[in-house]
Amino acid sequence: MPTPSIETLLAVVVLAPLAGAIVNGLLSGVLSRKTVSVLGVGAPVVALGAALWAILLWLPLRASLPDQAVTAVLFRWIEAGPVAIDLSLYLDPLSAVMALVVTCVGSLIHLYSVGYMHDDPSYARYFSHLNLFMFAMLLLVLGRSLAVLFIGWEGVGLCSYLLIGFWFDDMDKAIAGKKAFIVNRIGDFGFLLALFFLLFHLDGSLDVPTLRAAVADPASAFNTDGAMVTLVTLLLFVGATGKSAQIPLYVWLPDAMAGPTPVSALIHAATMVTAGVYMIARLNFLYVLAPVSMAVVASVGAATAIFAASIGLVQNDIKKVLAYSTVSQLGYMVLGAGVGAFGAGVFHLMTHAFFKACLFLGAGSVIHALHGQQDIRRMGGLARHMPFTRWTFLVATMAIAGVPLLSGFFSKDEILFKTLTFRHASGVVPGWLNAVWFALALGAALMTALYMFRLYFLVFSGDSRDPHAHPHESPASMTIPLIVLAAGAALAGYVGLPDPSLNVWEHFLAPVFGGAEEAIHATGSHALEFALMGVSSVVAVSGIALAWWLYRGAGRDVPARLAASMAGLHRTLSNKYYVDEAYDLAVVRPLKAIAHHAWKWIDAGLVDGLLVNGPARLLSALGGGVRRLATGDVQAYAAALALGLAVIVFLFL
Amino acid sequence: MGIETRALTPILTLTLALPMAGALLLALVPRDRALAHKVVSLAASLAAFVASLSIWVNFDPALAGFQLVEDHPWLAFGARYTVGVDGISLLLVMLTTFLTPLTILSAWKAVEKRTREFHIAMLVLEASMLGTLVAMDLLLFFVFWEIMLVPMYLIIGVWGGERRIYAAVKFFLYTTVGSVLMMVGILYLYQQGGSDSFAYLDALKTDLDLRQQLWLFAAFGLAFAIKVPLFPFHTWLPDAHVEAPTAGSVILAGVLLKMGTYGFLRFAIPLFPDAAGAFALPVMLLAVVGIVYGSFVAWAQDDVKKLVAYSSVAHLGFVMLGMFALTSEAVQGSILQMVNHGISTGALFLLVGVLYERRHTRLIAAYGGIARPMKVFAFFLVVTTLSSIGLPGTNGFIGEFLILAGTFREALSGPGGTNATLLALGVVASTGVVLGAIYMLTMVRKVLFGPIVHAENESLPDVSFREGLILATLTVVVFWIGVFPNAFLSRTSASVDALLAAYKGRMVEHRMVRMDEARPGPSDAPYRLAADAEVAE
Repeated sequence: MPTPSIETLLAVVVLAPLAGAIVNGLLSGVLSRKTVSVLGVGAPVVALGAALWAILLWLPLRASLPDQAVTAVLFRWIEAGPVAIDLSLYLDPLSAVMALVVTCVGSLIHLYSVGYMHDDPSYARYFSHLNLFMFAMLLLVLGRSLAVLFIGWEGVGLCSYLLIGFWFDDMDKAIAGKKAFIVNRIGDFGFLLALFFLLFHLDGSLDVPTLRAAVADPASAFNTDGAMVTLVTLLLFVGATGKSAQIPLYVWLPDAMAGPTPVSALIHAATMVTAGVYMIARLNFLYVLAPVSMAVVASVGAATAIFAASIGLVQNDIKKVLAYSTVSQLGYMVLGAGVGAFGAGVFHLMTHAFFKACLFLGAGSVIHALHGQQDIRRMGGLARHMPFTRWTFLVATMAIAGVPLLSGFFSKDEILFKTLTFRHASGVVPGWLNAVWFALALGAALMTALYMFRLYFLVFSGDSRDPHAHPHESPASMTIPLIVLAAGAALAGYVGLPDPSLNVWEHFLAPVFGGAEEAIHATGSHALEFALMGVSSVVAVSGIALAWWLYRGAGRDVPARLAASMAGLHRTLSNKYYVDEAYDLAVVRPLKAIAHHAWKWIDAGLVDGLLVNGPARLLSALGGGVRRLATGDVQAYAAALALGLAVIVFLFL
Repeated sequence: MGIETRALTPILTLTLALPMAGALLLALVPRDRALAHKVVSLAASLAAFVASLSIWVNFDPALAGFQLVEDHPWLAFGARYTVGVDGISLLLVMLTTFLTPLTILSAWKAVEKRTREFHIAMLVLEASMLGTLVAMDLLLFFVFWEIMLVPMYLIIGVWGGERRIYAAVKFFLYTTVGSVLMMVGILYLYQQGGSDSFAYLDALKTDLDLRQQLWLFAAFGLAFAIKVPLFPFHTWLPDAHVEAPTAGSVILAGVLLKMGTYGFLRFAIPLFPDAAGAFALPVMLLAVVGIVYGSFVAWAQDDVKKLVAYSSVAHLGFVMLGMFALTSEAVQGSILQMVNHGISTGALFLLVGVLYERRHTRLIAAYGGIARPMKVFAFFLVVTTLSSIGLPGTNGFIGEFLILAGTFREALSGPGGTNATLLALGVVASTGVVLGAIYMLTMVRKVLFGPIVHAENESLPDVSFREGLILATLTVVVFWIGVFPNAFLSRTSASVDALLAAYKGRMVEHRMVRMDEARPGPSDAPYRLAADAEVAE
């Protein structure tokens, strides 16, 4: 068999999940459960295989390729006037990393779903939607043009909507799905505007390599019209705040936990929500031209990191804790991108995909074992009954908490280091901001260790607090993915060791980020980086120790006393700072009122009632007097009509 | 622009004669043979669709002017039977012949009263819509335009709901007011042309000063604006839609409204370019008001059919915006969006009809949770909704994206530099993508999802084979246009580019003449340059 080309393999990566989605979707009533499973899991595995194969073919070639990239043009998608968009896929170091993360984590989660969703009556629909998600996500990361990225961008939003509301009989779940879609659309509104300004004000292109070349030209508008570049990057960031759940558009993600737990793991932790970070990293060359935008991005990221972490401290739903944790960790990635540490941001994206997917799947295993119980106050003592779930969950918890030598430690540390040392070449970003970001990020790190180990202790340690629970370990289709992901959570950090000679990660991504990072004057020595590692280790260990003391040790009565003595603060945190309520009051209700009044007053009242039916009523009143002219003689009418028309014509001509 | 090819066989005439022949045949079938009425009607409309396929095949996308032209003398005073098709009308002709058989099929069970007359009305309606689209003679156009009113009036007034008489009279009066003024305009043009001709191509050459153009644009434009309908001339539409039977709503939204937008593009803009230029901003303003206002009012509806009707106001706002942005991508996007709206809103009305036939209510609150008993229905409603809110991959995205792109291009890098007003309009119009998602997804959630609260919904039968076939056909087109829009755009580009070049050329010519007369000097030199650049484009 001849070796397929890289281009063909890229097409297979994207199309295999689409084929799976279509077949399982259209034949949902016909296929057996077994066939559905084989097709459903097979599709992402084929995509994974094709991606690996394509990357293996590409690795030896890449040094000789421009930008180390391969393009596969599928067909010309839109052509009208000056708008010409190809549907083409693009393999370069960044998209290679993303495609591997997506297909690898995605395949494991599909496999896990076989066990988790086994008894669901809509089994085929589930796999159809999950495969469709893989298709859209792969299109997003492999798309060469921002327009193709946008197809994937909206496509993953659709799948998120469909899967959050998967159990649509439950009104709350259906509402959560709708909320996710609409909040994301608000972000997409910004994204769309950015595309138009990029195209028509900056004379740019939606094709990323072309855009990059245009930006490199010192005479182009990108280098002369700083205000517009700032506007465009900020508008794109509005899109990112929607998709990657940042302040102020993060509100959909906690509600998105209404979906099946594997969906939370795949879409709302490991892949889709990182799309905003990916997009900023992809457009790194644009962001470095806009220091103000970078400062905004970093500030939003840092603020989101600590804000969400603080909410995570007091949540009692196992998935809600993980959801706020995800928002917080996404804040880290965004902060990384904002301080020009694009490689580090994507590095954290990758390690987070492993440990957070592991945590969510672990949570799913727990929920599965407890027949739907999600309240951690009613758990406890599960370590004895669920050894695989417990150990893998512990590894992932340590990784996210930043325990030295596990993956999260390396990636988080890289971001902290760059946060402190970031200096934009323009000098526009004041140095004290670095200190603020760093302080927020470090505070968030402490909270992360605390809430994660609170979660771990409450779920797995001690004795069961629910006498009716009869937990059991999950089947192999669920524990195998847990083990693989835990291994990733432990080891994935070693590709990015904090030493230039050992940092395979930075070296591999240099063709994508190298140019941009030159525009940033990162100061700071190696010694500083090692010193910071010490600091963050201390922070992680303190957080864990505090969690131990509060939830396992002598301080077990402290949380309740704290909650009582600071009732106001506790209530505010438990109610997530009342942001949903504020949005409802400030945005949703006024808009609804506008809609209602526009209809009742303007439409039915003013336009239709007064302007349209008003004259009609007037005429009909007058008509009472004219009625005697209405003899019913058709010929007289016709004569009058002809005469009238003639008069009109005559007058006008 | 001009005549590119003459028809060797009269395909266009055949396409519009087939439904007429069907209507005549129906007149001969006895009144009580309902099945025969349906079969004849479906067969005639399918035959017209097959005939139109040969228009599609024989159409040369590279040519800008009219193709497959037929020209015969008709009336003594110079009115001729001239028909032809170009890139501006082709897609709408296809939309008409495609949608009509599906619509007739949709009425198979719903219309059991006076079936013969109903199907005659449907076929006459189809023929007159096709005639309106292919007419190259203003009087011929007007005749078809007026004939179109009668069957639609009857469909609403005879086969409609409770307030059908009010809705039908309102529809008739409203559109007649517009038509009368257009008739006056056509006669005035005829008189001004001085060549005893109603030919469209002659009208294009008629020299009119700005004042004349403004009056004529207003006369034509009002007729078209009512038909679109452009805010604030839209209030006949919700009433007409709510009262019309499903088949009537589908054709009304699917094709009839497009006669208004088509009229602007075919007549009002090219015949009166200076006036079109002068009116562009106010029209675009109304279009954008329509997008935002239509969306909000749609959101407030508790009657699902009214919601879809108001969503039409929003969608056609996009079409009008793109058309008056007057850039190639925006105008092509707006033609495509006319088709898209026909497909997706047509499908929405069909879906509402499916519900109505089962529960005899259109109130959103009467449903809820029906995705469980009606799985296939839920699939089609969700896909159609996605098309309606312009998700990439569906047809709706292509239209909206091109319209907004063209508007932003004109606003940001048009001949006059950045145009802040137009930019603001573009930004406000873009909020339509959010608003559309709000009202559509809210409706979908309330109808399909949640627990079943009305016991009678527990056992609703899912779509039948016939209903599924109709919806599946439309769904295929949703994705076909969404994934391969170039099959359609490649057929509109030549004509649209020629139309825009002629429009800009004429407008500039007029202005330069006036400027030369008034103030010859260096001040018009840059204008000339800009003009040359535009003509070259």
